[in-house]
Amino acid sequence: QSNVTGKVTDLEEKIGLPGVTIAIKGSTKGTSTDMDGNYTISTAGVQNPILVYSFIGKESQEIVVGNQTAINVSLANDSQSLDEIVVVGYGTQRKNDLTGAITSITENDFVKGNVSTPEQLITGKLAGVQITSGGGAPGSGSTIRIRGGSSLNASNDPLIVIDGVPIDNSDISGSANPLSFINPNDIESFNVLKDASAAAIYGSRAANGVIIITTKKGKKGAQTRLSFNSRFSVANNINQVDVLSPSEFVDAVGAYGTASQQALLGTSSTNWQDVIYRTALTQDNNLSLTGNLKGVPYRASVGFLNQNGTLQTSNLKRTSASLGLSPSFLDDHLTLDLNLKVANSKSQFADEGAIGTAIGFDPTQPVYASNNEFGEYFNWIDPNGNGIEALGPSNPLAMLNLRDNVGILNRYIGNAKLTYSFHGLPELKAVVNAGFDKSNTDGNDVTSPLVSANSFNNQGSTAFYKQDRNNTTFQAFLNYVKEINQHRFDVMGGYEYQNFIRENETGTDYGKSDVTPLRNYFKTEYRLASQFGRINYGFNNTYLATFTVRRDGTSRFAPDNRYGIFPSAALAWKLNEQFDIDNTFSDLKLRFGWGVTGQQDINSGDFPYLAAYTPGQGLLYQFGGAFYDVLRPNPYDAQIKWEETTSTNFGLDFGIRAAKISGSIDFYMKKTTDLINEIDAPAGTNFSNKVVTNIGSLENKGVEFTINYTPIQKANFSWDLNFNATYNQNKITALTRNNNEDYLGVLTGDVSGGTGAYGQIHSTGYARSTFFLYQQVYDDNGKPLEGVFVDQNEDGVISELDRYHYENPDANFFLGFSSQMQYKNLNFGFIMRSNLGNYVFNNVASGSSSYYNMTGAGNFIFNLNSDVKDTGFSSSTGRDRINLSDYFVENASFLKMDNINVGYDLSSLFKTSKLRANLGFIVQNVFTITNYTGLDPEVQNGIDRNIYPRPRTYSLNLNLNF
Amino acid sequence: CNDLDTTPYVGEVSDLVYQDADNYKKVLAKLYAGLAVSGIEPQDGNVDLKGIDGGSQSYLRAYWYLQEFTTDEAVVGWGDPGLPDLHASSWTASNQWTSNFYSRALYQVTVANEFIRESSPEKLEARGLAGNTQIPLYRSEAKFLRALSYYHALDMFGSVPFVTEADPVGAFLPEQISRADLFTYLETELKALENELPGPQANEYGRADQGAVWMTLAKLYLNAEVYTGTPKYNEAAEYAKKVIDAGYTLSPNYQANFMADNDQSNELIFTINYDGNQTATWGGTTTLIHAQIGGTMNPADFGVDGGWSGFRTTPEFVALFDNGTDGRRLLHSDGQKLEIDEIGTFDNGYAVAKWSNLTSAGVAGKSLAHTDTDFGVYRLSDAYLMYAEAVTRGGSGDQALALSLVNQLRTRANAAPVTALSLDFLLDERGRELFWEAHRRTDLIRFGKFTTGYNWAWKGNIKEGRDIGTHMSLFPIASSDIVANTNLVQNSGY
Repeated sequence: QSNVTGKVTDLEEKIGLPGVTIAIKGSTKGTSTDMDGNYTISTAGVQNPILVYSFIGKESQEIVVGNQTAINVSLANDSQSLDEIVVVGYGTQRKNDLTGAITSITENDFVKGNVSTPEQLITGKLAGVQITSGGGAPGSGSTIRIRGGSSLNASNDPLIVIDGVPIDNSDISGSANPLSFINPNDIESFNVLKDASAAAIYGSRAANGVIIITTKKGKKGAQTRLSFNSRFSVANNINQVDVLSPSEFVDAVGAYGTASQQALLGTSSTNWQDVIYRTALTQDNNLSLTGNLKGVPYRASVGFLNQNGTLQTSNLKRTSASLGLSPSFLDDHLTLDLNLKVANSKSQFADEGAIGTAIGFDPTQPVYASNNEFGEYFNWIDPNGNGIEALGPSNPLAMLNLRDNVGILNRYIGNAKLTYSFHGLPELKAVVNAGFDKSNTDGNDVTSPLVSANSFNNQGSTAFYKQDRNNTTFQAFLNYVKEINQHRFDVMGGYEYQNFIRENETGTDYGKSDVTPLRNYFKTEYRLASQFGRINYGFNNTYLATFTVRRDGTSRFAPDNRYGIFPSAALAWKLNEQFDIDNTFSDLKLRFGWGVTGQQDINSGDFPYLAAYTPGQGLLYQFGGAFYDVLRPNPYDAQIKWEETTSTNFGLDFGIRAAKISGSIDFYMKKTTDLINEIDAPAGTNFSNKVVTNIGSLENKGVEFTINYTPIQKANFSWDLNFNATYNQNKITALTRNNNEDYLGVLTGDVSGGTGAYGQIHSTGYARSTFFLYQQVYDDNGKPLEGVFVDQNEDGVISELDRYHYENPDANFFLGFSSQMQYKNLNFGFIMRSNLGNYVFNNVASGSSSYYNMTGAGNFIFNLNSDVKDTGFSSSTGRDRINLSDYFVENASFLKMDNINVGYDLSSLFKTSKLRANLGFIVQNVFTITNYTGLDPEVQNGIDRNIYPRPRTYSLNLNLNF
Repeated sequence: CNDLDTTPYVGEVSDLVYQDADNYKKVLAKLYAGLAVSGIEPQDGNVDLKGIDGGSQSYLRAYWYLQEFTTDEAVVGWGDPGLPDLHASSWTASNQWTSNFYSRALYQVTVANEFIRESSPEKLEARGLAGNTQIPLYRSEAKFLRALSYYHALDMFGSVPFVTEADPVGAFLPEQISRADLFTYLETELKALENELPGPQANEYGRADQGAVWMTLAKLYLNAEVYTGTPKYNEAAEYAKKVIDAGYTLSPNYQANFMADNDQSNELIFTINYDGNQTATWGGTTTLIHAQIGGTMNPADFGVDGGWSGFRTTPEFVALFDNGTDGRRLLHSDGQKLEIDEIGTFDNGYAVAKWSNLTSAGVAGKSLAHTDTDFGVYRLSDAYLMYAEAVTRGGSGDQALALSLVNQLRTRANAAPVTALSLDFLLDERGRELFWEAHRRTDLIRFGKFTTGYNWAWKGNIKEGRDIGTHMSLFPIASSDIVANTNLVQNSGY
């Protein structure tokens, strides 16, 4: 026997791999697989032949032929492959050649389950990347922070680049999340550029890191494949805010209420939180088709999502479609990548005010009451006959059912990327990429007259909001790659222009004809123009250097300050190439990077430098018998310029072949100077009390550690473990020009319970948003003494000068741990996540910490948080300080089991090998271990105000591939 | 496509704004609106001052809080940070309400400076607007509004940063002007304006005229001894008399000055104008009317949709009405205790029923949420009482006239006429006539009864009241400005 035949398949995707090289070890003979992965090779004349199967990005396998004539092989992905390609700014690089801190994550490692927005795919997976969802609302947005965020007042969001097009991730009206237009099923990989040496090529928008999202594409030569994914999820809230029971409430009103308040008590027993929440179902169906049409690789997909939220009436329906074509011409010298993504989402926004209202609503009142003229819902009625109590809380269910707020968003994002490899000069490539990102929103918010006194007096209202965003990008760059002996050069240079136009129109019409309708119109535009270049140099595949520079121009600054230059440099040394003779290490690389990135993404308009006026919109002032429009000068700083973040990164990548361990550790330091900061303008000098200018500095320093361990890797049994840890420390190093030691800082962190109640402060020498509160005094039993605080300045009186700096809301440590195991047809995985050292101000508890909080300004009463039983507070006075007591700040460190998933490969049930099926069962938000007494310890910005609960979700997922 | 020059789609660069003659009145309207509302969109949208709640940052609300809550006339039960500190006399340089008014007053000055700078004869000439007769008048009104805010700053903070149209916009540190120098500046400025503005009631309603200038001068002179150490009662009487002779008349119904149609009152000299639809805010008279309502008071009796259960008054103030049936005793005692045991509880202390969003015919204003009621900054009664006081203090004038003017006020209110005037009586009479109209703090200081010599419930944060530090006659310069502007020196005691 001298012929061996067989098929080479992809271990994970179970499809034939074309183009796999099959060599006979020790000989020059070889062949490769055909389009379907089949091969035939002759071993004639070779003693004890061993076949070597190799393919880019896969682990090679060696098989002793022996007597076999048919050998089928499955190749696994090689995570340490030399040739693995990573997407970087304006191009790609071999992973092994990277000099910067870049983390890459592909489909196999994505979070599974009821994932409706892209960032949920990577939550907890990446060191240095912290993703905090805004709550449990369908499609809810998340805060993404890479290495802590580098600004105070300017944006702290990373730049997001989709298929090479940097997008505008500012809020879109009518959508809960600016990223929700991308169907997560269409995403192939995330590449996160964390340090400046990697990110600086994006210059002015990269100070908070860059997330490059690459969507799936058709592959050249690939077979036609149809993939269908269907998911059904059931979500339920896990717990409720602990409030007084009806009987406890009756007792409390009896003990602390006035006679008129006692008379208000009803006889029902209503759990208002039960009333407003529900079991929520989600369906998500996705269909994709990839293949080649007359030699043109394509991928087309459609997705339909229908997600209910656990808060009654909240719903998101999204239809998304994408099309990618990658034709090539001129013997593959010219390739064109066309991507188009279209999404239509219809969000039914529930009035989330109902969450807090339900917590505080009198539990002795019924949900429905037919005895009044204000609809079927129970309402607090003014005893003087003036209708619904003006300041009384609305019936929580009425707030949901009698308000219809629907936002319809259409978004189109597309790009055409043309890559030309020069004839006769294959080392040189020219790339032109033109993209657009367009969206329009049409929202309507209809409030019935029966919701509240205000809506009754106005006979209901209809608000509308429209938004058009029209962003365009054009890039052109040249890339030259050349190897001369031991020298490898990769040089790139180019130009980019971006234009952002945003137009908003909002208004409200009232049912009562003589109430003036409100109208507001806004349109703005800014532009960026940039030149950039990069040189990668490698010597002997051992020493690597990268230099980048970007010159950015923005329309947001005056001509003299318009351009900023952002350089970076990075060096890497592959120790394994130099010292590791016996190939113990798959990777051992020291990296050092330095760079400057900028920030011009100001949260206060596109013309911070310009002396201009803004007209009033509907606010008129009376002179004589007529009303006149107003015109106001804008505050401005003619000198405003770039905020600059200088980052240093020192890292080590490692991989030990035998132990199947790989990982990296990075130390970083980011220092932002000329902070774009809203500061107090000297009174009398500008057209507001505060002006946006460059002042102050802050720093983030930290360590990131990632380790991947594969304890078992066999054909039938494999197990992967990943652990990542981040330590980050944020500190404000200056806030004033002349370092004034008496200067406390800038109050922030709105605490509900009093106008102008801020619970946090930005102070020099402290972390951003450090809590700034009164220090509670306790009795011998550890019970807080009402209204008694530490006299910090020892002047004998408690005044606002006695507030002190307490903990801060940012965790010091972020940990992620995930495991994925595969045994035959079964796979099992989980993801755990932990934040340590994060503190939260429990504003839900503070808002009803006193029996006095039962009292409202009118004839109605409020239920209280059970915390009142611990405090026993009852005074009506001193609330200004009690509301700002450090008693309410809690250590909210937590460990969350984010996700447990079990999957079963059903393919063996089918006769045809063309059909493959996988059934998965996923539980998300499984449990949380924490000492925090509120609903959920994971709170954006550290002040817990009635978050939309993140539910526990059970999903059943069916995946079919043909 | 490398053009980075973009311009606003909404709004105009400053140069272009002033090319158009129609825009001048809009900027002027903003200056006046700056006394009434917080921003340039209805219901406190798009506010002028950052980091301060929209409903709370209006000029009038802040001014009223500082003038009233620090005195016997008003207490507030709300627990907003810094607010209880006003009545408890425990405010510091970081107090958000004193800082808020400090910022607001100097904001008005800064915007007025801009308008004055941009409407100079030279600039009008250059823009081809030299022949426009209205713009110079607007400019004089802007100067008046600047003087008014400087006057309030002088009264409350003493020595403040001083900027005029000669200063630039942007990065510089203004110098502090002494209280005496600011007094002289205001005296000079207002006397010049006397000749520039139209005669009393000759301007459009809501716009400043000579009456407004005279009232400001009369106030400046009446308090001159406090401000500079040198009394100017002759001048105070002189300017009060100009107002008295100017053709204003007392409204037959005292309360008509505080109602939704008070623009019809011939007694109001300078007003801050509100309209429930067009000039809607949560501050201003909307606050005054809603916040005074609570307990057994029926919101419908005041033309609004509900009460905010906030403001009441002290037993000491109620005692001013002990004798007789004074029609100005617009208090609500049903369900209210006279004594204040807990300042946070609405039924402690009598409520006040002075302000209303009903018209004198009993019809509610256009909106039940936002009031139509204008706020009389200056009222003829005040001129009567200032004249009487200046003369009683030895200023040259007609003592018989002084007595007669006071008795006209009392007669209108069904209070028994008096036969002689004394200073103590006049302070009490000012309380009775002008309470809750943002005069009390200035009056108590002038009579030497603000910090010591007279105590009221919860002054100094104890129920029976106690003396407080004399430095508290001035509010502190906002601590934020002490940091921002190194030229500034804090008022002593803070």
